[in-house]
Amino acid sequence: MNRKTRNLVLALIASLGLGAAGAPLAQTVSSVRGVDVSAPEPAPGNFRQLPDSPPIPRDYVQQPPLVPHKVEGYEVTVNFNKCMDCHSWTRYLEAGATKVSLTHFKDRDGGELSNISPRRYFCLQCHVPQTDARPLVENTFRPATGVR
Amino acid sequence: MSDDNKKSLWQKLRALGLGTIAVAFTAGIIFWGGFNTVMEWTNTEQFCISCHEMRDNVYEEYRNTIHYQNRTGVRAICSDCHVPREWVPKMIRKIQATRELYGKVMGTIDTPEKFEAHRLRLAENEWRRMRANNSQECRNCHSFEYFDYSVQGRRSNQAHQSGLAEGKTCIDCHKGIAHSLPPIEQDIGLERPAVTPDVFHPPSTQQ
Repeated sequence: MNRKTRNLVLALIASLGLGAAGAPLAQTVSSVRGVDVSAPEPAPGNFRQLPDSPPIPRDYVQQPPLVPHKVEGYEVTVNFNKCMDCHSWTRYLEAGATKVSLTHFKDRDGGELSNISPRRYFCLQCHVPQTDARPLVENTFRPATGVR
Repeated sequence: MSDDNKKSLWQKLRALGLGTIAVAFTAGIIFWGGFNTVMEWTNTEQFCISCHEMRDNVYEEYRNTIHYQNRTGVRAICSDCHVPREWVPKMIRKIQATRELYGKVMGTIDTPEKFEAHRLRLAENEWRRMRANNSQECRNCHSFEYFDYSVQGRRSNQAHQSGLAEGKTCIDCHKGIAHSLPPIEQDIGLERPAVTPDVFHPPSTQQ
């Protein structure tokens, strides 16, 4: 009986000690976002979208080309896709825009469609506009020499 | 009633001369002022969104656009774009708008679903009206003649200059700038009743 109680107390102390040891460990991990994961997200900052520019070169071969213009207020809904108003094959010449890649015309079974596949409808999921925000971390990435 | 008024007015005019003219003049001012005040009141944002049809649909969409809120706080409210400023066109538009009272009573667009079903027709009405008056409501504030192309973006610069050369009007390109668009035919996915490409991008008048 006495022994049992003692073991229990020892186990309790041990677990408390582990917890106390773990606490400083957790504090040494700092996230790029600046606050704890469970804390409310800090304000994103007052970033502006960069003004129109010529096409931005890709940083690596498979990179979806970046959007070199503002997209504020652009409607991409079930009714209308503002991107395709200039980048579709029927519109790009008049708009002076880059035409959407033919790879986007395939449906998920590999069948060819006459226009972009509905699964490629939300352009801004991959093609992102640029803001004047500074990079959060330093990046020394360079593409492989053969494809630079 | 009007006969009596005329008679008594005429008699008073003879009897009182200047006094009557002054009274008629004042009454005229009050009547005209009252008429204009009511007319102006029906041009306010509060009046427009006193109906839930406007408040819950088009007003909500407009709240996300630059004409509702922007850097300098200069705004364009409903009537700035949808009611002509010039007196005669304004009266014509106001009289046409009585048709909307019928729609209100019948509940034509009293749910978001019904509104969506009518959006195509409603949008085309407004595009037709603005095309017919050379986008006058846009031009009340924005004029082609005073564009400074050097501070416009690469794309807007090009589009505005070629648009001006081709005799296009604002609404030919700037559709859906303050409200969501109706379905536009872009040949993506299934076919549905939609605005055709030549309505959405009217061909230039000088080709």
